[in-house]
Amino acid sequence: MSQFQLLGVFEDESALISAVKAARQQRLRIVEVYTPYAVHGLERVLGLRRSRLSLVCLIAGATGAIVKLWFEFWTMAIDWPVNVGGKPWNSLPAFVPVTFEVMVLFAGLSSVAALLIVAGLWPGKQPKLIHPRVTNDRLALLLEENDAAFDVGRVRRLLEDHGAVEVTERLTGEEVPA
Amino acid sequence: MADVALRPPLVAGHKRLAEVTEDICRPMERWPGLAWWAAFVVAFSMLMLGVTAVTYEIATGIGTWGLNTTVGWAFGITNFVFWIGIGHAGTLISAILFLFRQRWRTGVNRAAEAMTLFAVMCAGIFPVIHLGRPWFAYWIFPYPNFRGSLWMNYRSPLAWDAFAISTYFIISATFWYVGLIPDLATVRDRANPGLRKKIFTILSFGWDGGYKTWNRYEMVYLLLAGLCTPLVVSVHTIVSWDFATAVIPGWHATIFPPYFVAGAIFSGMAMVLTLMIIARKVMGLEAYINKRHLDVMSKLIITTGSIVGLAYLTEFFTAQYGSNRYEQFVFLNRARGPFAWAYWTMVSCNVLTPQILWIRKIRNSWTLVFIITIFVNIGMWFERFVIIVTSLHRDYLPASWADYRPTSVEIATLIGSFGLFFTLFLLFCRVLPVIAIAEIKGVLKHGVQGEAH
Repeated sequence: MSQFQLLGVFEDESALISAVKAARQQRLRIVEVYTPYAVHGLERVLGLRRSRLSLVCLIAGATGAIVKLWFEFWTMAIDWPVNVGGKPWNSLPAFVPVTFEVMVLFAGLSSVAALLIVAGLWPGKQPKLIHPRVTNDRLALLLEENDAAFDVGRVRRLLEDHGAVEVTERLTGEEVPA
Repeated sequence: MADVALRPPLVAGHKRLAEVTEDICRPMERWPGLAWWAAFVVAFSMLMLGVTAVTYEIATGIGTWGLNTTVGWAFGITNFVFWIGIGHAGTLISAILFLFRQRWRTGVNRAAEAMTLFAVMCAGIFPVIHLGRPWFAYWIFPYPNFRGSLWMNYRSPLAWDAFAISTYFIISATFWYVGLIPDLATVRDRANPGLRKKIFTILSFGWDGGYKTWNRYEMVYLLLAGLCTPLVVSVHTIVSWDFATAVIPGWHATIFPPYFVAGAIFSGMAMVLTLMIIARKVMGLEAYINKRHLDVMSKLIITTGSIVGLAYLTEFFTAQYGSNRYEQFVFLNRARGPFAWAYWTMVSCNVLTPQILWIRKIRNSWTLVFIITIFVNIGMWFERFVIIVTSLHRDYLPASWADYRPTSVEIATLIGSFGLFFTLFLLFCRVLPVIAIAEIKGVLKHGVQGEAH
């Protein structure tokens, strides 16, 4: 079922932030905000949770370190111990550098992979741009009709009062004219 | 005013964001100028010279280098450490300064990171071609084989090095690419339908500027910066262990890890400045890379240069103060022996020359800073040469003392590595945004607000 939506387009971040604040006060449903750069402070205004991707980083890093340390011990002390200058089979201090490197490798690659998965980004994906200039110099706020009290004229005025240079009505998933 | 504000103030009103996009994207959308072609022809010729030299070396054998049983490491390893060091400034700017919230880094961040990648590529070539049989390079990694499996030796610093450099390259490339995605989307949306748009559509992963994605993206960027910071320190620490774990006088020192890391950032910062001073002129990016960058980076050069100078003194003092005759000899031999010219080149380029940057007038001159960075680049190359060759050529047994002269093949290989570096950098300037567009947009307000308050 397609929903009725209103898109407010802004020229600078302070106008966008004040519009988002007003929309949240009026309990309008904010579908998404689109910006050409990471607007700092917007996550607080939107009430977005701190991303939990750091957990992925921690778990992947710990896994990498443990697996690599075990592998080094297994190859050097169990599978085929080789006497190198009379050093002990289990030369734990010498295993630390590679363990560290593999930990960083796992943590870094997993965090990025997790980002691409949860954000739904992949090579060759066709972008669905909400506005043709949203990666250049326009910031956009997408609102959706959430109940019978949603008054198009009032919401449109609200967006314009906060400095929207352009307000368009659309339906969910509607193609954007380029 | 321009050197106080973060960036020179731009035109007020809504055109500002679009202007940033325009300024950074325009140079890569038009046909390159004569200066670019001239630079490219020179760089590519140097690269071809290097390819020829390496081909000859691999086909004939490592005997084409001037090495002997006493001096088993010389030019190749010098170049390796030199290039790895160059790369480290890129990570300092992209990761460490990000964690320290140094906003000026946004102007030079992208190019410095690209420099890191290209420098690590140049560095990686040398240990591999030094093997003599480079097609067996993969033996350094543990893989199941029909000899047991016989595993590589995890106690060897050379094995640590292989892991450190590979991880460093992969993580730096990932960090760089993650930073590029929003800008690739900007380029994609500017492009007219056609091949260019298609390529950038593939590269930009369907980025649409959604803020939920931005929020997660910022977290991952922070995580990568946090991972890169200890990584870059670990990489040069491990490189220094290649030397420090050996019982060669002049190498076997606990000061090596911090000494090498400081030296790496010192030389890398000089190379970043060398490149950026040229790039801003050629690409017309004077507004984004300005006097403030010049000033801050010059100060970083003084700081790291002084740390390096202190390390030279400490090393020398410890050797003379200690009771190891071989250690004492090696350091006196460095300053007075057959390679004294290299030692004093190193001291004058690395310790003395950068000190004139204390004078603000000199720090403010693009030409003078450019000249000083060239001196630092030369001095830091000689530092590695001095450490490696002077420690080896007169070892414990005077009967095996030997001389070392680089052959033309080695010199051609060094020139070739510079050719590879500049060729890649010039291509990068042509095809990708040299300045992080989305990051610059994020700090646009800072300069302006600073003026108003």
